Amino acid sequence: MNVPDHLLYAPSHEWISVEGDIGTVGITDHAQSELTDIVFAEPPALGKILAAGEVAAVVESVKAASDIYSPVAGEVIARNEAIESEPALLNSDAFGAAWIYKLRLSDLGQLTALKDAEAYRTQIGA
Amino acid sequence: MRTPLFAEHQALNARIVEFSGWEMPVHYSGILHEHNAVRRDVGVFDISHMGEFFVSGENASLWLDSLLTNRVASLGLGEAQYSLLLNEKGGVIDDLIVYRIGAKDFLLVVNAAKIEEDAAWMCGRSIAGVDFQNRSDAYAALAVQGPNSARVFAELFSEPMPTSRNVITRPDATSFAVTTGYTGELGFEWIVPAVEAVPAWRAALACGAAPCGLGARDTLRLEMGYPLNGSDLSPTHTPLEAGLGFFVDLQKADFVGRSALMAQKETGITLRLVALCVEEKSPPLRSHYPIFSGTTLLGETTSGAHSPSLGVGIAMAYLPAASATVGTTVEIEVRGRRFRACVRKKPLYQKTS
Repeated sequence: MNVPDHLLYAPSHEWISVEGDIGTVGITDHAQSELTDIVFAEPPALGKILAAGEVAAVVESVKAASDIYSPVAGEVIARNEAIESEPALLNSDAFGAAWIYKLRLSDLGQLTALKDAEAYRTQIGA
Repeated sequence: MRTPLFAEHQALNARIVEFSGWEMPVHYSGILHEHNAVRRDVGVFDISHMGEFFVSGENASLWLDSLLTNRVASLGLGEAQYSLLLNEKGGVIDDLIVYRIGAKDFLLVVNAAKIEEDAAWMCGRSIAGVDFQNRSDAYAALAVQGPNSARVFAELFSEPMPTSRNVITRPDATSFAVTTGYTGELGFEWIVPAVEAVPAWRAALACGAAPCGLGARDTLRLEMGYPLNGSDLSPTHTPLEAGLGFFVDLQKADFVGRSALMAQKETGITLRLVALCVEEKSPPLRSHYPIFSGTTLLGETTSGAHSPSLGVGIAMAYLPAASATVGTTVEIEVRGRRFRACVRKKPLYQKTS
């Protein structure tokens, strides 16, 4: 299972990469593999203010719906429309083209509560 | 509980889920891939969790006709028919297939979740001259389905697959291959003694059938508008409401539930099980989503899915008769948002040949 070293991870299987105070959020390879064939995705609305751990997006596979939680608090500044028109991108490129949204972090300190790649690998038994 | 094929599923890295007390494969390679394998090529499902009842004796046909909706007496040797077991109020206890395997011998294949209930209900109404045996544990079953299933059949049995549906190839043998299915595709179901399950499964795979799980089984049957007992059929709805009148012979002598159905026919059928198709981009549908017409709550979905063949949300639901005609537009609510859907003719998926 692919777990890139340069990302931070939430226990609920989201990843975040941070540059300055801008974070990019997606779901992990492990999450997409558990969900299997993803047929619907809905990123959060632009301007939405998210708390850490709040439901930010929904993805649905053929079989089940799954909430995506924001790893940290902030304001949504970009949403990836590509995954709305082509939800299967989440299966094929979870760490790349299938990012879900970008947000401006309101508290960089919250990043310390997230897992590094090593801790996340331990969590999923990879 | 596990079927005799559980280790085979594990060896194929199947995702296992609990289904009515059974640990069953929901998928191997993925639901979409397996769904498409059945629509375009051929797939094989483990359906060993389903129940097998053997009914024989002088009065077997008479007795079954007193319990089931379809006319058992009209079944020729080697033929199968879909039928329903009803309660006194005409509600559905189970839907099943009856196979005539001898002049006085019948095999019933029933839903896994209903084996004990069906057996208790039937045995509680036994008459002289009938032998009833629940041999569900002694039998396994495979469903081989898809346009190329005839090739698999020919390789397995060295004879062509019957071109008619509901035909049993060797009704007098210990295993039965019958041209039935739950996918809308050509195919057959292969009922074998439990000890023969593993070689039968491996033989089907060796003939090129893709292993398919319950996930694809559900999307395939829903595209056809085939009801699933426990979701679309229930003890509180009659087969007339479910649109299964074709399988109910009200002309034959009395059977359990008949008088209730006659009364319902007399007063009019107020609810109908319909097939729905979403008309705009929406999340996949699931069961228990509310259905509206304007501000009026009409009912809720009994089954729902993303249709792999159609690329849209599909569902089934009991709607008031006035809203159940083909072409009626309704709204289905998903997480507080409503999406336009239309009552469609079954099957929702039609083969373009």
